[in-house]
Amino acid sequence: MDGLLQLSVSDLTCERDGRCLFENLAFTLCSGDVLQVSGPNGVGKTTLLRIVAGLSLDFHGQVDWCGSPVDEDKPGFHSHLLYMGHQPGVKATMSPEENLRWAMGLHYSITVQEIYQALEKVGLRGYEDVPCYRLSAGQNRRVALARLHLKNKQKLWILDEPFTAIDLQGTAELEQLMVDHAKDGGLVMMTTHHEMNLDYSGFRKLALEPSV
Amino acid sequence: MSQSVSLLQGAKTIFTRDIRLAVRNRGDMVNPLIFFVLVASLFPLGVGPDPKLLTIMGGGVIWVSALLANLLAMDSLFRSDYEDGSLELLLLSPQPLWVMVMAKVVVHWLITGLPLTLLSPVLAVMFDVPGEAIPAVFLTLLMGTPLLSLIGAIGAGLTVGLRKGGILLSLLILPLYIPVLILGTGCIGAAISELPWVPFLMWQGALLMLGITFAPLAIAASLRVSISG
Repeated sequence: MDGLLQLSVSDLTCERDGRCLFENLAFTLCSGDVLQVSGPNGVGKTTLLRIVAGLSLDFHGQVDWCGSPVDEDKPGFHSHLLYMGHQPGVKATMSPEENLRWAMGLHYSITVQEIYQALEKVGLRGYEDVPCYRLSAGQNRRVALARLHLKNKQKLWILDEPFTAIDLQGTAELEQLMVDHAKDGGLVMMTTHHEMNLDYSGFRKLALEPSV
Repeated sequence: MSQSVSLLQGAKTIFTRDIRLAVRNRGDMVNPLIFFVLVASLFPLGVGPDPKLLTIMGGGVIWVSALLANLLAMDSLFRSDYEDGSLELLLLSPQPLWVMVMAKVVVHWLITGLPLTLLSPVLAVMFDVPGEAIPAVFLTLLMGTPLLSLIGAIGAGLTVGLRKGGILLSLLILPLYIPVLILGTGCIGAAISELPWVPFLMWQGALLMLGITFAPLAIAASLRVSISG
């Protein structure tokens, strides 16, 4: 157990194309929290997620992980981070198993059983060896989501629109998965336009307002 | 709890995946090679079959075709990873980025530069390059093409975020390709004139070492900038 994990963002200011997306934004996320970033299109939700993940470098302010700035120990921070962006990072010519092996192979060594179990949990049993271009959009999304089912050190989940192309049952399962992860000491930060009905005390919303 | 992976395992993961992808998209792999052979074999048809002329031009034509073939393949190095989001995952892995881009560049060289190099003696014979100079053709390409891949990858990293980066990529990296080209053709020219040609190779080797040392850092930085934008 890693103890209490904490992600804190302070004085975050970001400007895009001459428009100020957010100014002096600050929030803290602790083990057990699920944070939904909400707001209209173009308000900067994805940008915020990319800044926190360390992909976007064009901002002012500070992002701290467990009390120290992320910049000081990027590999340490990234070993705790599971990021899923707009594009799921699934290669069309590879099978779900190969995709998952690659995505996790950069972080941890992983066994075939673990991969098969994770794929079974997202309903891709029997599709392990089918090239991803034969799968539907939702199934491709599920290949990426299978990463969430692998228990490991990646405690901070940053998910950009994880419900895209996922059916109703999958959505409910995913919501439950987030709650389970939070209860297990994890942190979830995500964007979605889907109405989350989580019956969970650690669930919070961060509403971004469009700038004038 | 699963085990963290070492630097070498991380590089191996990238390596095996890129090789696998290259084998599955065979078209992309064969394209530069066909281009290389076509350009080099059309030249004698264009300038006439005079063996003396061909011998003089041979080294230059082979090198220029190899360089253009490399340029042709360069844009695809990071493009598909960028488009499907894999590049973001690569940037967010705990492994140092320069190790992983190095693995990608090595694979890129194995599927473009190495086949060109292996094929070059055949083309050299076609251009009536004397037998003693054929090792020079082969070795100078063996030294030069990895350098082309390394330099090209910096440009590919810088332009991957742009909608149409192809032309800009050529403009950016062609000036950097020129020293490699001059050394390469100089080496073959010296070998044909029965002059010492090993010094050219040594220069290329020195540049290659410089490239291996610094290019991965530059490629990693260029990718970070591109992804950030």
